Order: sequence, then structure tokens, then C-alpha cells
Amino acid sequence: MSAAVGTRERGELLKNGAIQLMLAINAIIMIYPLFVMVMSSFKTNAEIFSSPFALPAHFSLANAERVWSETNFVRYLANSLGITLAAVALILLFSTMAAYAIARYQFRLSALVLMFFLSGMTVPLKLAIIPLFIQLDSLGLVDSYAGLVLVYVAMGIPSAVFIMTGFLRTLPRELEESARMDGASEFRIMRSIMLPLARPALVIVAIQNAVPIWNDFFFPLVLITSDKFKTLPQGLTVFVGEFTTDWGVLFTGLTLAALPITLLYIVLSKQFISGITQGAVK
Amino acid sequence: MSAVTISGVDKAYGKARVIHGVSVEIAAGEFVILVGPSGCGKSTLLRMIAGLEDISAGEIALDGKVINDIAPKSRDIAMVFQNYALYPHMTVRENMAFALTLKKTDKGDIDAKIMRAATILGLQDLLERYPRQLSGGQRQRVAMGRAIVRDPKVFLFDEPLSNLDAKLRVQMRSEIKALHQRLGTTIVYVTHDQVEAMTMADKIVVMNCGVVEQVGAPLDLYDRPANLFVAQFIGSPSMNILQGSTTAEGFTASDGTVFPLPLFEKTETALAWGIRPEHLRLADSGVPAVVEVVEPTGAETLIVAKAGNNTLSALLRERIRVAPGQHVFLAPDLTQLHLFNIDGRRIPSTV
Repeated sequence: MSAAVGTRERGELLKNGAIQLMLAINAIIMIYPLFVMVMSSFKTNAEIFSSPFALPAHFSLANAERVWSETNFVRYLANSLGITLAAVALILLFSTMAAYAIARYQFRLSALVLMFFLSGMTVPLKLAIIPLFIQLDSLGLVDSYAGLVLVYVAMGIPSAVFIMTGFLRTLPRELEESARMDGASEFRIMRSIMLPLARPALVIVAIQNAVPIWNDFFFPLVLITSDKFKTLPQGLTVFVGEFTTDWGVLFTGLTLAALPITLLYIVLSKQFISGITQGAVK
Repeated sequence: MSAVTISGVDKAYGKARVIHGVSVEIAAGEFVILVGPSGCGKSTLLRMIAGLEDISAGEIALDGKVINDIAPKSRDIAMVFQNYALYPHMTVRENMAFALTLKKTDKGDIDAKIMRAATILGLQDLLERYPRQLSGGQRQRVAMGRAIVRDPKVFLFDEPLSNLDAKLRVQMRSEIKALHQRLGTTIVYVTHDQVEAMTMADKIVVMNCGVVEQVGAPLDLYDRPANLFVAQFIGSPSMNILQGSTTAEGFTASDGTVFPLPLFEKTETALAWGIRPEHLRLADSGVPAVVEVVEPTGAETLIVAKAGNNTLSALLRERIRVAPGQHVFLAPDLTQLHLFNIDGRRIPSTV
């Protein structure tokens, strides 16, 4: 019998080991490019080509200096930050209200309204870039913060409504009724009872939208022309020339650009994970 | 003056009518229990008093004022839900303070009211905890505390004990009863457990299929059930009921076995004969029967016996040695017989 237990333990060990190994390999695949990016940010262009995978000969901040002096780095950073925050805030605001109505109130066309929002997920906005550009142009929103933010909000709302509706539906009806009997108004019920409980879903929506918006290169490239409105990914293209590209400086810029969102993710990761696994474990 | 008056209330979801013209008077300070099997409309009726469901027809009045169209928050009614519905992200104190904060009650007042409720319920040490850190019984108390601090005109309880284990249920039962005696507030309480109803209520409303079968004090319902439904629903183990008819010899059950009847003027033909298990005795003569099951619980012994094709249970207080298969005679206490007519109504006894 002890032999049988031994075999089972060994099997378990083997299985766990295999899983750990897979995770480790996966992590390396994910982290290594980031590692190369960070390391390259300290190298000169020549060093990058001569020894691409080696550690930098010396950790020089020359690249950082050039990013700082040759671009409006702070301006781009502020633009990226402002646009991302504004877009995410608006997405959260509108999609939460829409999802709350769809999830918690019974009205005749609620299913249809949800379908309408979901249909937004099926349209790749990038395909519609030409009519979108014409539309924004006639509204006078090309080359402005508002134009970019509105596009992001429109892009983010469908999936946000979908996620929030699903989550808000799982909250027990009694909580709402109890609050109603306690004398809370509908708005109060949403704000004080339902939204605090929906925080994991709100975090998911926020991160799921913030990362692509922060990293987006396409829409700023098409919609923004003035240097003062440029976002980080767009601004850093100064170093990508037609004939030569200053990789070292570009990597420095990218490293700095990736930093805030990485920190945000680390700070919120616990909530993010609990949000994803909610329903899966209970 | 009655606290809650329910008159001719109907509830329909589309075409499906679930409550048919229910009328109940609830006096101020009374502990009223709505009891009935699942789906009988008792919870719906409670939710209509609370204002969580629309009233399709009829009126519900609180202190003489019709509240049909008054929003739940303006009714001055507090409700304790089956799953407690505590706000998970608030501490016990915040849970209890929520309603008062919304009413813009003075901070000192809130603290005083919370302290008072916490003292009554023994929650003083738990005020800073979150609901997830509490046991089922403690959560139940917090839910009651949340109702108490509001000092409402009426408390509504929707099956509050059904999520607790058996032992805790018995304990909370007496706590709720003590609470009612202490506060003196009107309570409307819904349960499907007739034992809860019998032990706690001043007045029981037995409901079935959306209609009120009988309203009365617990022992009245037990001693004089209005009809077959109430007779079988109230009491545990439930009343023995035999179908048949009255004949010259007595009451002849459908299989031909004859059961004794008291001597009284036969005004109506009885089609059902009923007796509670504790009113059946084993005797030297009576209806012959064969013992099938013996269940001793210590204080009393439940015997299930078959007389002809009729299964009867008898609850005996004395310890008698009987074994399954044994032939015995069952002697019903004729003063405690219940006879029911063709409509299932109880024929008033003239003994």
C-alpha cells in the first residue's frame, strides 16, 4: 500500500514539476524581450549590433539624456497620461451606467440594448479609419485631445458594457432590495452598494482598456499632427529615421513608456486576478 | 387599532395569479406568522407589504393609511432577508448605520441606537468586523440589528432561520421571540416550518395556493383546524386522516375498516376522519392493527401501525414494549376526533 502511495506521490510530483516547468518557460518567453529592451536602453547603437544579447558594457544614462533633451518627453508623457486617464474614466463612467441599467432593471428592450453594445465589439474600428477621419474632421476634432479620447471611448465601451453587465448580474437582488428598504435612492444603491462590490470588474475594465490605449500608436499617428498633442509611442518615432534608427535611445524611451503601466499592473494585479477568477472558484 | 390591514389583495404575474383576494388584520404589537408550503404566496405577500412587489388588486394599509403606492423607503418598515443581505463591503457598524445615515440622523444618535441594538443582540464586540468574518448566527443577528436601529413600525422576516443549522435555529427562535417581547413591535414573519410558526406566533396565517386557509392563535389552529389542509399542515407528526364515510357502525374507511365515532347528532355526513397521533392509545380493545415501525425518542414513542389498508401513527408518552409485526388494538380518544365534510371543511363538534 505504501508503494502505491509512493507512486501516486511521485506522479503528483512529476505533474506539478511539468506544470512548473511550462510556467517557467512561458515566463522566460514573456520576460526576455522586456529584459533585452531594458538592457539595450543602456547601450549605444553600435553595441546593440555588436553584442545584442550581452549585458551593457557600462550602464550609461546617455540615452536617457538624449530622450530628455531631443524630444518633448515630459509633454508626451503628460499627453499619454491625460488621454489614457480621460478615456478610461469616461469608459468606466458610461459603460457602468449602461451596464447597471441593463443588468439590474427589467425593461422591454434590455436584451436588444445589450446586443447593440455587443455589436460594437464585432466592428474593427481600424477598418473604419477613413470614414472616422472624415467624420472627426467635419466635427473639427482632428488633431485634438477630444478627438482621440472619443475614439478610444467608443472603442472601449462595448467590451466594458459586456464585462460589467455580466458582473453586475451576479450581485444578489436582496442587497438592492435591502438598501431600497433602508431608504436608499436608486443612485445611492448603485454608488454605495453595487459599485463597491463591482470593484474587481471595474479594475478589469480599467486595465483592459488602459494598456492598449497607452500603447496605441495607430490612432495618434492618423489623428494627431501637432507635436504638442503627441503621445509617447508616437513621439518616440523621432528616433526612427528613414535611413538610420537610433535603437538605443528608442529602447530607452520605450522602457520609460512601459514603466507606468507596468507599475499600475503590479499595484492592481491582486484585484485583477480576483476579478478574473470570480465565479470560477465560487 | 390594527397595524397592518390587508384587504382583498391579489397578485398576478401577467396571467398567472399567485395570490387570490387575501385579507388579514394584524394588530399593533402582534407577532404574526405566515406559514404554508413552498409557492403558496406567503413570501410574495410579505414582499407586497414591504413594497418590493406591486399590488395587483386590493389594499394594504399601515396604521390606517393605504400604502399601495408608497415607495418602500417611505413605509417605515424594516425587513430581514432569508440570506441576510448584509452589505459585504461594510462593517457591522456601517451596516447598521446605513439606513440612519441616509435619513441624516445625528451622529451621536446613530451611535446610541447602534449601541442599544448591539447590546440587545450581543454584538458589542463584533461592530468592527465584516460580514464575511461572522458565523451564520451572528450574521442573522446583524441583519436583525439593522432592522432594530431603524425603530420601524413593522418588522418583516422572510424565512430568517432557514440557513441556520437545527440547533442554532431553535436558539434563534427563542431569541426572536424574546426580542419581540422586549421591543413590542409588530412582526410579520414568513416560514414554511409549522414548528416555528407554532412556537413563536401570536397569530398564524395558514396559506395555500394563494389563499388564506385559516387565521388564528397557534393552539386554536391545532385544536380546531378549519379544514383538511390546516389539519394536516399544523402539527408534527401530522394528523392521521382517513377517507371514507359515516355508516351505521361508525366511520367506514375506503377499505371497509370501521373506526369508532362519538355519539352526536349527525348533521352532516363526514367524508374524512382525523385524529392526532397523541390521541391514539394502545388498548385491550378497539381497532385491530399491526405495528409496522417503532420509533422511540426517549420522551415519547411513535408507532406506525396498519389497520386494514390504513396507516396510522400513534404517539405514546408511556413506554410500552411493542415490536414490529405485533397485533395491537388502537383506541382513539373520541373527544379529540376531527371530522371533515365533502368540501374538506371541519364539521363543528357537538360533543
